[in-house]
Amino acid sequence: MTLIVSRRGLIRAGAAGAGSLLLPGCDRLFDNSTFRETLESGENLHRVTQRVLGRNALAREYREADMSPAFRANGSREVTDPAYRQHLAQGFANWSLMLGGLVEHPLTLSLQTLRDLPQRRQITRHDCVEGWSAIGQWQGPRLGLLLDMARLRPQARYLVFHCADLYHGRPYYESIDMVDAFHPQTILAWAMNGKPLKEAHGAPLRLRVERQLGYKHAKFVARIEAVASLEGIHGGKGGYWEDNGAYAWYAGI
Amino acid sequence: MIDPAVSPAPQGGELVRRHRWPTRLWHWTNAVTLLVMLMSGLMIFNAHPRLYWGEYGANYDNAWLKVGSARSGGGEQGYIEIAGHRWNTTGTLGLWTDGDGQVQRRAFPYWATIPSRYSLAIGRIWHLAFAWVLAVGLLLYLAWALIAGHIRRDIHITRAEWRPSHLWHDIREHARLRFPTGASALRYSLLQKLAYAGVLFGLLPMMILTGLAMSPGTDAWAPLVTEVFGGRQSARSVHFLCAWGLVGFFVLHIVMVVLAGPLNEVRSMVTGWYRLPRERRP
Repeated sequence: MTLIVSRRGLIRAGAAGAGSLLLPGCDRLFDNSTFRETLESGENLHRVTQRVLGRNALAREYREADMSPAFRANGSREVTDPAYRQHLAQGFANWSLMLGGLVEHPLTLSLQTLRDLPQRRQITRHDCVEGWSAIGQWQGPRLGLLLDMARLRPQARYLVFHCADLYHGRPYYESIDMVDAFHPQTILAWAMNGKPLKEAHGAPLRLRVERQLGYKHAKFVARIEAVASLEGIHGGKGGYWEDNGAYAWYAGI
Repeated sequence: MIDPAVSPAPQGGELVRRHRWPTRLWHWTNAVTLLVMLMSGLMIFNAHPRLYWGEYGANYDNAWLKVGSARSGGGEQGYIEIAGHRWNTTGTLGLWTDGDGQVQRRAFPYWATIPSRYSLAIGRIWHLAFAWVLAVGLLLYLAWALIAGHIRRDIHITRAEWRPSHLWHDIREHARLRFPTGASALRYSLLQKLAYAGVLFGLLPMMILTGLAMSPGTDAWAPLVTEVFGGRQSARSVHFLCAWGLVGFFVLHIVMVVLAGPLNEVRSMVTGWYRLPRERRP
């Protein structure tokens, strides 16, 4: 009996000891830059593996019957910028998208032009990094089409999406590479579920990059910039959450 | 393990080679990896503490499991809600006090998560890096176990063992804590085989598959992985349930190790050498 009691005591002491050592231990271990960088390098492994196994694979598309009854809006749900508010009040009639940076022919495209270009409509699943999913229908021109019109310079490696909103006081932005930029399902959506985008979902234009998590799908896109490197743009990590929240730039998993 | 067919049967009390090095290495790698996976996984769960069935699921949709906090009367309580039934979990789930004495309203408490302070991003960095260790480790171990004959010799359940009378005998012996002695302790009992096979071929591959099924990138080139579970949110639910299945295995495993003689058992998993329990006197 004494043996059992002492064993139990031992286990309890061991568990308490493990708890008090292990937990701050993991936190402290993560503060070590070498350890953290090793763990973070998993992101490259994810990107390379996903690209090797499915570089051009298409995200699944669904039927109308599969759609979420209500599609949750996340991130900025409204934009305070006065110029944006004015465009919103005017139904974005005088709004235009700029596409510049490392391109031969910088473009300025009105919303009507974007609607008149050949369209792609797709019902896809939106996966948030938090874990929830919603299925909705998106419509707009393929990003690749616009890039062909603007003619990328050979040095261009990334596209940066500058957004009209501030999130917690900082400008939201995102970036993708050319594999995703020219993917047939990567579109600039102006319509959702058959209607023009609502403000909460990123009116007038949001990026759909279907094989990545929700935070890559920049809303309120105002300007697209082709760049050779992400360094020097805001925090340099290629996106709002990448700069401010340690999220991975490659968000395919 | 020693194959009794080629070596003379050892007696109780003798030291024998029990676990080969790949088993020992994989065991301790997994001990660390699974703990990190569980605790960082609970942090990821905290970002959206609801589970759904089907392809989609968000706040407006019907969650079969939900952890949260709610005001009732003058106070506030943490709760877990499963299939509409609610239990008060104040102090542990949904509403708890952190190490600094601050009241927090996250699902799992600081002592159960990596990192201990809320950060989905850092939880994901831990989880998705160690996922490689888990997946590659399992793959290598299964390959070795197959080639080296570990599965055929030690895990494979023979036709005789499947007999209900044998199963019943094994359950009775376990319930009475009468463990095999002498040479027969070299072989896994039926319940041990079922537990190890269940983890090796059931829970662990399931964790990896349901994990992959949640990746929008993988879902594009391997849609079947998500479809077999009935959708991404179903896969997330199965991922969560299998994680607790592994916790259940872990608890049982530790209990059995303690009951069977912890020093001898731990030694056998560290050095490979195991002292066969002496035969019981009649």
